Parts: sequence; structure tokens; C-alpha cells
Amino acid sequence: MVIKARHKRFILIAIGLALLGLAATLIFNAFSSNMVFFYTPTQVDKGEVPHDTGFRIGGLVSPDSLKRQDDGLTVHFSITDTAKTVPVVYKGVLPDLFKEGKGVVAQGKVGPDGIFVASEVLAKHDENYMPPEAAEALKRAQAQGSTSLVMPK
Amino acid sequence: MIPEIGHFALILALLVSLVLGTLPIIGAASGNAVWMGLARPAARAQFLLIAVAFVCLAYAFAAMDYSVMYVAANSNSKLPIQFRIAAVWGGHEGSLLLWAMILSIWTVAVSLFSKHLPDDMRARILGVMGLVSVGFLLFMLMVSNPFERLIPAALDGRDLNPLLQDPGMIFHPPMLYMGYVGFSVAFAFSIAALLGGQLDAAWARWSRPWTTLAWVFLTLGIMAGSNWAYYELGWGGWWFWDAVENASFMPWLVGTALIHSLAVTEKRGSFKAWTVLLAICAFSLSLLGTFLVRSGVLTSVHAFATDPRRGLFILAFLVVVIGGSLALFAWRAPTIGRGGKFSVISRESFLLANNVLLAVAAISVLLGTLYPLFLDALGFGKISVGPPYFDSVFAPLMAPALFLMGIGPIARWKNASLPELAKRLRWAFGVSIATAIILPLLLGNLTPMIGLGLFLAVWVFATTANLVYQRLRGSDQALITRIKSTPRSWWGMVAAHLGIAVFTVGVTIVKGYESEIAVRMAPGDVAHLAGFDFTFVGVDEIQGPNYSASRGQLRVTKNGVERTVLTSEKRLYTVTNMPMTEAGISPAVIHDLYASLGEPLTDGAWSVRIYHKPMVEWIWFGCLMMGFGGILALSDRRYRIKKRSKDEALANEAVA
Repeated sequence: MVIKARHKRFILIAIGLALLGLAATLIFNAFSSNMVFFYTPTQVDKGEVPHDTGFRIGGLVSPDSLKRQDDGLTVHFSITDTAKTVPVVYKGVLPDLFKEGKGVVAQGKVGPDGIFVASEVLAKHDENYMPPEAAEALKRAQAQGSTSLVMPK
Repeated sequence: MIPEIGHFALILALLVSLVLGTLPIIGAASGNAVWMGLARPAARAQFLLIAVAFVCLAYAFAAMDYSVMYVAANSNSKLPIQFRIAAVWGGHEGSLLLWAMILSIWTVAVSLFSKHLPDDMRARILGVMGLVSVGFLLFMLMVSNPFERLIPAALDGRDLNPLLQDPGMIFHPPMLYMGYVGFSVAFAFSIAALLGGQLDAAWARWSRPWTTLAWVFLTLGIMAGSNWAYYELGWGGWWFWDAVENASFMPWLVGTALIHSLAVTEKRGSFKAWTVLLAICAFSLSLLGTFLVRSGVLTSVHAFATDPRRGLFILAFLVVVIGGSLALFAWRAPTIGRGGKFSVISRESFLLANNVLLAVAAISVLLGTLYPLFLDALGFGKISVGPPYFDSVFAPLMAPALFLMGIGPIARWKNASLPELAKRLRWAFGVSIATAIILPLLLGNLTPMIGLGLFLAVWVFATTANLVYQRLRGSDQALITRIKSTPRSWWGMVAAHLGIAVFTVGVTIVKGYESEIAVRMAPGDVAHLAGFDFTFVGVDEIQGPNYSASRGQLRVTKNGVERTVLTSEKRLYTVTNMPMTEAGISPAVIHDLYASLGEPLTDGAWSVRIYHKPMVEWIWFGCLMMGFGGILALSDRRYRIKKRSKDEALANEAVA
């Protein structure tokens, strides 16, 4: 069988499109299955969060909430958006700029006991810099008019 | 007084760049030789003026002039002199000045090394670069002037962000910017070609060395950044898919596609429109990178400045540059003409496939970087896509690209034969498969990703070896003559491809076999990792120039034999009150041992993180090889023999 040039070009274009379609599917699949959503402590408190997948929460580390277990590595603290507070447990070394009263973002899941088990704790490298997620959580809590803490500057 | 001189020089530079950006281009359109001739002196004047401004700012830093707001915000009298100078580009305003300065360096370089170009072409190229410069100088003078005074002057500066107080700060940003801004030359060549309607093999030959040089800088700049993050952040990671890293990686991916596409345009006259589009995209992504990093839209360590006016200006600038050049492309590209034909199995096809894969990879990075920002800006909530997204997208996209990389250089131009290729590469394929299975089994862990990574790395090694062997064998000449008679640009390709293979080995091994522990250690405690024993000696207090630190030492032994001592510091920078970790690293070809102090616990104990990173140094060595390959290609004879290319340019002109 002789393949004409025109047919050949058509086949080529078809193969190219199929491959691009495959790549697009791959990318969007990966994208949707790796998206991590952000919730505020208030939303966690109301139970508006997924239970099977992980997510991020942000806010301030509640003052005097940091407790260390005897192994020196497991830490308990709570994250607050000034309206609600979520208890968090994390095993590992905390980032340099993790401090009580400062902004923080944690990624992980909520356990059946309501404690947020963090797999990752982020605090950014600038003394006065607030992670946008943490700032957002405070803003939303304030908008709901239930401020119970003075916002630190 | 000195800062005012700098400010004034910037204003003059803007005026000169306005002349450079308009008259030569108009002159080229109307055939006015005098106006075209303005391009070269204007490029030089612009460079001198911006250099004066740059030196003035550096002087203000060196002389600790805290009546300049930017100096007061980014320096301190206790900051060592090398960091005071590097602090010139430590913040928003100064890094833009660095950008403009580097752009003027590239512009003046083009004006110096373009004697062989037709007058109108040179006038257009320098003009386009002048227009880009207008945008940046205007931006600086309008919303981010580095020379702005602070009255009354501060007693002392607020200090440079401790994260940036590192030798990496001296090399990484200038290298990276040389790469970013270097793509402006390829961009200007493309716009000039679209304006002039002249796009031929000669155009590609002129454009190629500039693009390669920019690519070399970008490669080395990214490498320096990755290495810096590895030892500075204390997490043992070398790439975080952070938006700032992505911002530099996207132009790299497109730039890599561009240097290959340019090769086809030069050798075969094909892919012309595609090459032009890639050049526009590479530079647009560089601009976007600057925007992402410098406008404060990101949740990232690099984005210190938050000023909506600045963001708006850069956004408008981006729209004008990208939109304008794409519109010009859509309008003029149909006149470019088609190149030579090629069959489905040919080097052109393989290169095209690689180009498409690289472009798709760049798009996937763009999506992952920008989509969360869009959602946020539109009020649809905050999301993030982390490393898992990029990892799962990159492996399937880069695997075929690496596979094709082995075949492309061996395939013939225009029309290659698949059975012949298969026959020639069957040994390489066998060796790769065997290594990919046997080696992981020997190392005790075979996963699909390790197997795939090793297969691809060995495949690139083996096919490149085959390529070199075929090239050098079978003639009567002495081997050394044959090596010398092969063009350096060809050896450059070999070196760069081997660099990719070395890089792939590093990534595969470190991802597959790295291990880490986080432990509580009191003095005298011993931790075990990867067959090594780490004894915590203890912590002593030391005093740095602008910080105080706790320095912890770990003695590393294997089977009782002392191997090395890892020293990690936990610093507290006194001015900014920021803690910083300095990791203790023992680098080696086979593996790195890496330790960083966590937090002080009770009874003199500390939490300590220890990492075993096998072959991680190969990652950066591979990048160095790629950069070396680029430099080798640039040293090719045909770029050095000025007279010949001049004659050719004349001949081409006569034909056109």
C-alpha cells in the first residue's frame, strides 16, 4: 500500500493531537489530585473540612500553647484565627521562625479526635512577614465580628 | 550628593533609552542611515549612565549612607563589606537596577559584536532592547527609586535579610539575571526579523551564540540557586518547586527548546516561525519571572516588596511587551515562509518532538504556578499545588524527552531510517535496560522510578558514547586530528547531553536512596543513619559580626573509624532578630552527610536533623557540564573567524 503525502500528514497531525490530548489529561489529572485547599480554624471547628484528604490551615500560634513531649520532637500547639482554635500535633523539627503569637501555616489531616495532625509546618523567613493564608484566616474571622484576641501587629 | 548623581544618571539613561528605542527603528523603516547610526552611540551612552547609577548605589552601601532609604532598609554597619555590596541587589529597587544594568551590558555587547550585521538589522535589534530598557527605567523612576532619601537619616540600617547573607547572594542573582536578560537579545533579534521581514539561516546563525550564552548563564544561575537553597535552608532539599524557582525554570525550559530550534533553523531553514515564537516566549517568561518574584504576589521568601502600584506597572508592562510581540508575530509570521521539508523519521522530527515536550513542560509549570494566584485574585479561595503535582507531571514528560535525546543527534537530517537507527542503538538499549535493573538490585531497592531514571541516564550516556565512537572511528587520520577537526559546537552538545545524564543519575539516586532522621540528642548521644554513627559532641556559643550563634558538632564515624565532623550553627541575627540555621555538610562524590541543629531542648540537648544524600552533588555537577557544553559551543571556530562571517553576511545581503 502506498501512503500518499496528504494522508501521511493527516496521520501525523492526528498522532500529534492525540499525544497533546494525553499530555493535557495527564497534567489536569495531576493538578486536580494534588490541589491542597486552605481552611481557617473557624471552618475546621464547624466541620466544613474534608476528612479523607489533607488540607492547610493557617492563623497564629496561640500564646502559651506550645508543649513538647518527652522525646523532644513531638510538639503540641494550637492555631487560632482569633475566633476559633484548633489543636495541632506535629512530629519533627519546627522551622526557624516558628514562634508563639506569630503567623503559621500547617498542612495535614484532622484525626477522629479533632486534633490536626500536621505533616508539614511552614513559617516564612521574615520576622514581620505573615503567611498570606494566616493573614486571610484572621481577616475572615474579623469580618465575622467575633474577635476575642488583640491582633498583633 | 552621590545618590543624587546616581538618580540624575538614571534620568539621563531614560532619555537616552527613549532615543535608542525610537529613532533607530524609525530610521530602519524609512532608510535613514543617520538615525540608524544613532543606535550604537546611544547603546554605549546608556550603559555608561546606568553604570554610573549602579556605582553610586554601591558607593552608598559601602559608605553606609543611611540617609538613602533603600540602603537603610537593606544594610547595616555590622554587615561585612562583601554582603554590603551584594545588598545592592538584596531588595526590590536594587535588583531592578541590576536588571537594567545587565540589560545595558547586553545591549552594549550587541553593539560591539554586530559589525557583521546589516545596518537596519542592528538598528532594529538595539532599538528593541532600548524599548525594553525604557520600561524598566521608567518603572524605577516612577515607583521604585533606589536613591530615594530618608530624612532624617537612620542611625543604622535594618540589615540585609539573614537568609541572603551568604556567598550565594554574590553570585546567584547576577548570574540568573544575566540569563533572564540575555534572552532579551534573542527576543530583539526575533522582533527585528519580524519588523524587517528578513528571517533566514544567517539570522539564525547570528542569533544562536547570544541565545546559547544567555542559556549558559541561566543554567549556572539556577544551579547556584539550587545549591544555595540546599545548604542554606537546612532542609536538605535542592529543589522545592517554589514559585520563585519555577519563575527561573520556565525560561530555562523554553530557552532550551529555543537553542535546539535555532539549530534546525540555521542548518535546515525549518521551524522559523516556531523559533521566533519560542524567543518571544523565553523573554516573556523572563519578564513574568521578574514580575512574580519582585511584585510581592507570591507567598515566598523572595517577595519582600508589597506595593500594588508596582504590581500594576509590571502587569501593564507585561501586557504591552507580550501582547505587542505576539500581535506582531501573528501579523508578520505568515510572511516568514516555510523551511525545508523533512520526513516523519528525521532529526528534525526528533527535535520538534523534544521542543514540544519542553514547551508542554513549561506550560505545566506555568499552570501550577499561576493557577492558584488566579483563583486567589478572583476570590475563589486559596489553594496550593505542591511538589507532588510537579513530580507527577515532570517524570512522564521528561522521560520521552530524554529518550529522544539519545536518538536525535544520531538520526540524519531530512530523512532517517528507523530500522537503521534501531540496529545502531540496540547495544545502547540493552546496556541501559540491564543497568537499570541490575544496579538497583545490587543497591537493594528497585522501584519503577529508580529503574526509569537509571535507564534514561544510562541511555543518554550510551547513545552519546555511540555517537562519539562513530564520529571518531574509521578514517586514516590520527585520533587527535579527528578530535580537533570535529567542530567545538558538536563537542559542546556532547558535553551538555552528558551533563543531563549526570544530572539524571543524581536526581534518581538521591530521590531513591536518601534517608533522614530527626532526633533528640544530648552531648554524648549517638545516632545511626546509613551505616554511620553520629556522636553529638555538644554546643558552644560563638559570636559573629552581626549575629550570635550556637555551634553544634557531630563526630561521624563508620565502624569506629572517624570520617568527618559536621558543624552546624543556629544563628540569631541581632538587628533583625531572626534565627537562621547553617547546615553542616560533608560533600563527596558518593554521598553527602548533612546535619542541621533544630531547637534547644532541656539539659543541653538539641533536636537534630541528619540526612544521608547519596550522589546529590551530581545534580550540580551535571548543570556545570551543561554550562561547560554551552561555552564550548560558543568557542566554535565559526564564531571566532570574524572575516569569514562578514563575507558571508555580505553575500547573504546580496542574495536578499
